Amino acid sequence: MPTSATRPTVRSVVFVEGVRTPFGKARPDGLYAHTRSDDLAVKAVRELLRRRSELPPARIDEVALAATTQRGDQGLTLGRSVAVLAGLPTTVPGFAIDRMCAGAMTAVTTTASAIGFGQQDVALAGGVEHMGHHPMGFDADPNPRFVSEKLVDSTALVMGATAENLHDRFPHLTKDRADAYAVASQAKYAAALAAGQISPDLVPVAIRSPELGWGLATADELARPGTTVADVAHLKTPFRPGGRITAGNASPLTDGAAVCLLADGDTVAELGLPARMRLVSFAYAGVPPEVMGIGPVPATERALANAGLSIEDIGLFEINEAFAVQVLTFLDHFAMPDDDPRVNLYGGAIAVGHPLASSGVRLMTQLARQFAEHPEVRYGLTTMCVGLGMGGTVIWENPHHADYSGHTSAPTPAASTAPTEN
Amino acid sequence: MTTTRPDAPVERVTHTLVRDVVLPSGGILALLTLDNGLDHTKPTTLGPLGLAELESALIEVSRRAGHGEITAAAVTGKPYFLAAGADLTAASAVTTRAAARELGEAGHRAYRLLAEMAVPTFAFVNGVALGGGLELALACTYRTISSDVPAVALPETSLGLVPGWGGSYLLPRIVGIERAIDVILTRPAANKPYQAAEAFQIGLADALLDAADFLEESIVWADAVARGEIVVDRPPLAPAQVWQATVAAARERVDAVVHGSRPAPYRALDLLAAARDTDMTTAFAAEDEALADLIMSDEMRASIYAFHLVTAGKRPTGAPDAALARPVTRVGIVGAGLMAAQLALLFAQRLGVPVVMRDLDAERVEHGLASVAATVDKLVATGRMGAGTGAQLVASIHGTTQIEDLAGCDFVIEAVTEVLSLKKRVFAELEGIVSPTTILATNTSALSVTEMAAGLAHPERVVGLHFFNPVAQMPLVEVVDAATDDATLATAFAVAKKLRKTAVRVADRPGFVVNRLLVLLLGEIVGAVEDGTPVEVADRALRPLGLPMGPFALFDLVGPAVGLHVLTSLREDLGDRFPASPGLERIVAEKIPVVLAAAGRGLPADVDPALQAVFEPAPGTSPDRPQVVLDEAGVLDRVLTSLTTEIGLMLTEGVVAGPSQIDLCMILGAGWPFSAGGITPYLDRTGYSERVLGRRLLPDGVANVPALTGRAG
Repeated sequence: MPTSATRPTVRSVVFVEGVRTPFGKARPDGLYAHTRSDDLAVKAVRELLRRRSELPPARIDEVALAATTQRGDQGLTLGRSVAVLAGLPTTVPGFAIDRMCAGAMTAVTTTASAIGFGQQDVALAGGVEHMGHHPMGFDADPNPRFVSEKLVDSTALVMGATAENLHDRFPHLTKDRADAYAVASQAKYAAALAAGQISPDLVPVAIRSPELGWGLATADELARPGTTVADVAHLKTPFRPGGRITAGNASPLTDGAAVCLLADGDTVAELGLPARMRLVSFAYAGVPPEVMGIGPVPATERALANAGLSIEDIGLFEINEAFAVQVLTFLDHFAMPDDDPRVNLYGGAIAVGHPLASSGVRLMTQLARQFAEHPEVRYGLTTMCVGLGMGGTVIWENPHHADYSGHTSAPTPAASTAPTEN
Repeated sequence: MTTTRPDAPVERVTHTLVRDVVLPSGGILALLTLDNGLDHTKPTTLGPLGLAELESALIEVSRRAGHGEITAAAVTGKPYFLAAGADLTAASAVTTRAAARELGEAGHRAYRLLAEMAVPTFAFVNGVALGGGLELALACTYRTISSDVPAVALPETSLGLVPGWGGSYLLPRIVGIERAIDVILTRPAANKPYQAAEAFQIGLADALLDAADFLEESIVWADAVARGEIVVDRPPLAPAQVWQATVAAARERVDAVVHGSRPAPYRALDLLAAARDTDMTTAFAAEDEALADLIMSDEMRASIYAFHLVTAGKRPTGAPDAALARPVTRVGIVGAGLMAAQLALLFAQRLGVPVVMRDLDAERVEHGLASVAATVDKLVATGRMGAGTGAQLVASIHGTTQIEDLAGCDFVIEAVTEVLSLKKRVFAELEGIVSPTTILATNTSALSVTEMAAGLAHPERVVGLHFFNPVAQMPLVEVVDAATDDATLATAFAVAKKLRKTAVRVADRPGFVVNRLLVLLLGEIVGAVEDGTPVEVADRALRPLGLPMGPFALFDLVGPAVGLHVLTSLREDLGDRFPASPGLERIVAEKIPVVLAAAGRGLPADVDPALQAVFEPAPGTSPDRPQVVLDEAGVLDRVLTSLTTEIGLMLTEGVVAGPSQIDLCMILGAGWPFSAGGITPYLDRTGYSERVLGRRLLPDGVANVPALTGRAG
């Protein structure tokens, strides 16, 4: 039996709860075409506070929100501006953070680090991306040295092209396998939705369209239930003639926000907050940008090493499905089958969508729900690939497990912190 | 039959958009959005076409409700507005009583569908809800309101109308008769709408929800109500006796102010009295009748004219190109008296620039600064100003006895004693200190600005800016053009706009507009009294005009000494139309009280009957002039004839661009009523302008029901 961590941890960090907006199509006819990006984050923050009414808002020490394109309605230091817009006390600070697709994940690990180091007790962490208002890479001004000094391959900044490169590098990961994986993702999402495993994490968002008036977004918009392998077999390959990446085996352009509440274990006990996951370890790693999809492999190896765990110890995986081939690369590396039953129980980004900087917290929120459903699983991980050649992985422990390490500093926190007179 | 004038403006149609929303419990809410397709600068209003669209949408929603297809229905608006009420332009273009009645009926037809739907209906009041906009919400079974809604009101009675789309019947049944009277009569008279929290507190809304996720939480709330998890308690109807006594007391209060000068408040009270013990059909029919009568009344047409005038007044008539305005970065005020201190505070607050107040001796300067500080303290203490803003204002206003300290000012306004030679000396002294382009403004109320500027090296930078007391509250500034150049005028208009005042360009004629007419009116009243009319008769005589107070109360407010000073000054400039009055001189000299204490807060004060003695000839002497004892009608005729003559002269002299500008001045500077349209619509409709001047002042139909249309309908 491995120990829970080989590196010293000052304090336990607990994932209390996560919510997200329904994910919408990043198009002029999408759910959020006329909704501001910062407002999406505001709705998520307020819903989180409503659900955790036992938390006095003034106890929040930090609001860290990620976005990949930090301008317009995603600008103005999102963490702070959303805190103000959401009605948090002015004493609550906040900041904006960016690691592209791993923005929300980085918001979590950064605030968790401050909590673990004992400098803060409670944090909101998450991300938002309105890819309809902010198309990927729009207005970016890449340094010409990237090209002149061949710092990165010419395909490195086009994510679909990097996925094609993965197919090149691992010829046995064929388009057929990618399509089959993608179709399975759609089916798993549809089954999870029907089983009521998706909706509980959603915060309804009022949406307005000049043509339709006000409405309410209550469900994800992008999933295509009933998709078959035949349906996706002959879709266009926009990144390369005769390529393998299609709209069927990649995540769609998406608008959405996800936010979670983190706290140190003693505060969780003091306020009577639920403990859904305990953070065990995390890691980020760099890989050649032209095969950025392989990023989760070294990141996971490092996170496992940090935790003193091996891949066999992980009972549940939430891996972001930017592209099916990128998931297959991960599974192939760890000698896991394409349809490993521990992976993405509720389907993934191919079905639900991938609003870049918010996806990390969606993975965690779903893993937390799966932990409750699977008390026999002790450890799970969330992992994702990141543009410009990176990967990020966070390993979590399941409080429902019989051997749970616990998250309070005292053995009987209730007795030590609560007066007993009445 | 045509129902509107051929030149009637095109309706800006508000559309009704309907979308289904899934409730948390799984039911369906039909959500209606009112949206005119324009941005927040163009409020949503409801005209005939918009109402028809709303009605047909509601018919379909009602059908679905009847078939069990929906759990609830709700109405909300485009951002910042539920709806700003009926399309008043359309209402005042109606030419027949039948068409006027149809306007009321169309609203009732649509709104009744909300009131009688087979499922509960909700108004999600997301923004401004005025008049018909609020009545739409009242027709629903329940209402939520967003915490940021700045204005909820039923202003109809101030516009010559009654809440006629169900409001007069539904409101007292929802919030109680006493609060309904506040909403329908008291608040409109004070021009004070309700903000969200207050609206919730008095029961206009059943739930007050945070603006950040107002619609989401409204839907959750509606679901809970529909499921019976939330039960809304409403007060029971007051006993009939209490109800009627409350209405009767309100009627007395209305009468004490309005004196029958306009019908709308009385019609509203009639509807409120009947609302307790009648059914919806009867009550709505009574509202239709009241609306039809009122829409075809000159008082309503004059009110709408006045409303549009005041709205349009925010863009001044005849102002030079705003681009010519010079920047104002430092303001000097000469004088540190009551008016000067008020001006200092206003300039510092609205322009956000340093202000220097200069007076001759240090004690007066200290007094002026203390007065500013006291006003700021009061504003901060009552929560109307933040402590930080208050501290900033006090710090930005300096006092000095050295006129040289005004050297860096690019705008200087004098507010010294109303003596021409004194003001001339101030300007001459200033000219040696300030730059050649510094604006020199005067707050004189009756002296010649041209004479004040005469002899200066740069008379073209002198302008009159006549403020009214109290400066913070009164919305008018008369901008006096005295051979003033365009850059100076443009700066004056720009400054007035920043001060949030309505500026009216006037020529440099004695008394400009407001004082000339007000003092003329006072002069005629004391003239009538000097001629033998009892003071009490004279005090009552102007009641049909609907002025905010009687002439003696006005005299008291202005201050007898100031009134006499201006009267004397105008007599010297304009002649004996502004009569001499020995009685008035005695009142000033002996400080004789003019009026009795008012009967209650907000009620006008009547003349003190003892004042009669002042005007009685001394025993044993014969009066200077023959006695002419007038009755009330006689005094009114004398005043109206005189006002008409004077307005004719003012227009000939070119004091303002036209009669409407006189109305704008009297409404904003003297509080003259919308129902009189200021004054010229009243003189037209009572025949004075034709009789005295041989012509109307405004074209037929502009501020009255046009003569050749079906007044009898």
